[in-house]
Amino acid sequence: MGLDIRLPIGLMFSLIGLLMTGYGLFTPAAIYERSLGINVNLWWGLVLVVFGGWMLISSLRPQKK
Amino acid sequence: MSLPSPLLAVAVNLAWIDYTILIAYTAFVVGIGFALKRYMKTSADFLTSGRSIPAWVTGLAFMSANLGALELVGMAASGAKYGISTAHFYWVGAIPAMIFLAVFMMPFYYGSKARSVPEYLKMRFDERVRCLNSLTFAVMTVFASGISMNALAKLLNQLLGWDYHAALWICSGIVLLYVLKGGLTSAIYTEVLQFFMIVLGFAPVVYLGLKDVGGYGKLKQALEGVATHPQPLALADKSFSSDAWTSAWTPLLHGPSANPMGVDLFAMVFGLGFVLSFGYWCTNFLVVQRAMAARNMTAARQTPLIAAVPKMLMPVLVILPGMLAVGLAALNKGYDLPKVAISSGDTTAAVAIFQSATASKQSPEQVSQAVANKLGAFGFKPEFITVITQAETSAIPDSQVRTAIEQNAILKNDYDGVILSLVKKYCPSGLLGLALTALLASFMSGMAGNVTAFNTVWTYDLYQAYIAKDKSDAHYAWMGRFATIAGILLSIACAYFAKNFNNAMDVVQLVFGFVNAPLFATFLLGMFWARTTGTGAFLGLLGGTATSAIFHGLSLATGNGVGVKGGYFAQLLGIQPIPFPSEMAQNFWLATFAFGVCLFLTVAISLATKQTKTANDLRGLVYSLTPRIVNDEVPWYQKPEFLGIILLAGCVILNIIFF
Repeated sequence: MGLDIRLPIGLMFSLIGLLMTGYGLFTPAAIYERSLGINVNLWWGLVLVVFGGWMLISSLRPQKK
Repeated sequence: MSLPSPLLAVAVNLAWIDYTILIAYTAFVVGIGFALKRYMKTSADFLTSGRSIPAWVTGLAFMSANLGALELVGMAASGAKYGISTAHFYWVGAIPAMIFLAVFMMPFYYGSKARSVPEYLKMRFDERVRCLNSLTFAVMTVFASGISMNALAKLLNQLLGWDYHAALWICSGIVLLYVLKGGLTSAIYTEVLQFFMIVLGFAPVVYLGLKDVGGYGKLKQALEGVATHPQPLALADKSFSSDAWTSAWTPLLHGPSANPMGVDLFAMVFGLGFVLSFGYWCTNFLVVQRAMAARNMTAARQTPLIAAVPKMLMPVLVILPGMLAVGLAALNKGYDLPKVAISSGDTTAAVAIFQSATASKQSPEQVSQAVANKLGAFGFKPEFITVITQAETSAIPDSQVRTAIEQNAILKNDYDGVILSLVKKYCPSGLLGLALTALLASFMSGMAGNVTAFNTVWTYDLYQAYIAKDKSDAHYAWMGRFATIAGILLSIACAYFAKNFNNAMDVVQLVFGFVNAPLFATFLLGMFWARTTGTGAFLGLLGGTATSAIFHGLSLATGNGVGVKGGYFAQLLGIQPIPFPSEMAQNFWLATFAFGVCLFLTVAISLATKQTKTANDLRGLVYSLTPRIVNDEVPWYQKPEFLGIILLAGCVILNIIFF
């Protein structure tokens, strides 16, 4: 099928990752009490960005047949 | 796999970021549908993806099609109820069956060019077998998707306060939109998306839970304590040996009374591991369809093998949360298992029972039991006995009794609420949106999976076969789209049915269980014994289904009443039903018997009837009459046989680690 699924996966997780990272940067530490004091939005957002970016790059690389 | 029950009534407040994540996901799935629209030209493009998808995509979709939300909720619930033994559904059940499908069965499904599992049955046997299979399958998928959508709408209603009807119609509308545009490819692509959503959405929750408990070692310690004293947490009413929640096999080896599942070794290995799992993974068109959409034979055979890798590790994400919940509750980490709520009316009734029972000087244990039953609670803390003895010497006022009941009652657990209660405990806004979107995604892709299987079976196996034979492809492509809309509308109708007639739904699911139990015997004989005849297969299948019903009617698990749980024929005949230690054991044995009878009948009737198919007809459909596949285009380490052995070894190692 013509559409490479890695493209939408990459785009979506990069976008959500950026959103979460940004949100994590600007939210007070108090809301992270429930996540054991870890700023999960910041850290997990970064993980999502890395995953999404990896998917994006692999979808944009020329296909070997 | 699990019955829908009211999900936990907890409300959460979503922040704008959570809604943004939810909307982003929705936009992407609909976008994928629209992007695929231009590739949908023939009915085959729409219904079978034109057999063009790479193996890793079909592999993840294969796994994901089964990873519905009810599976997520149900596995966490079982993780809490039974501990690590729940992993048997994966390590004994799914993995060997998936390997068997890849190595032995896929060549026939894919090589026969059948477009669906019922169509394979028609090629191998005759129209009767296909008709039986396609009809039951079509009805089953619609009910399955209705049940799941009902659970979703209920969840959104209770959790976020959305209107039930609006939630049901909007979510179904989104599914309709992207399936109608992109067909099976849409469904497969969104299943892959859903797979990553679930992994990435739940992994941080599991990590936080594990960190909170203090690591797996600490969890194991806590669960060992729980196993010997499960009563305070309302997990079981008797004690087990300390490894009951943390060892997968040792408790099983000591018989049904030694493990919380109440299952014996044979029922687990043969009933679940062989009959039920092989029956599901190797014959259910919902999952097999994913492999059939692969772009070539090698990719089709690799599909279940690729799926087996995440499947093997999935217990970390789906079963561990349930165990963590128990561990957290046992360690007093500011968490309690979600409880079944008790109405004020029940409490009033329980107070009355208390007063009359203490007045008639029943033993404290009897009083406690009677009050707990009336209340619908698991039991009472030991302190309650003191209150009863006190009341038996001099009566105490109702208000005081009420307080004592409320303070000392141990409520029953609402196991289906476990996964959500953990999400609620650990997720701040942001992560909360991600985890909830993952859950929502699995509900919606579950519906999409069912609907795409339904439209194919309807169009090719019912409509083309029996209603309109020789129409143009454009006509069938149109019918496929029409069936998609009809399938969604029927699912919505079933969702309302499930909402309003919960008991009737239990009966419907029961009947499907009867039909499915013997199915694998038919496929096994069909694929590996050329002498099997159409008549043998058809009557064997009917006989197996009847055996399921009879077996169910004659047996009953301890603690269950006669009715939808079994025992009805026994009551009719005025005999004692065959007792089983648990419902699970009853089901596993039922499957074993149905399989055995189907196997025996099919063999006996096949030998008594004439084979109408020639060896030439059966080429490519039966093992002994099909030339071995020589796939020289892939190196040895990519061959299904080699990958299968590696995966099996991995599975054995996991079983040994958690023995």
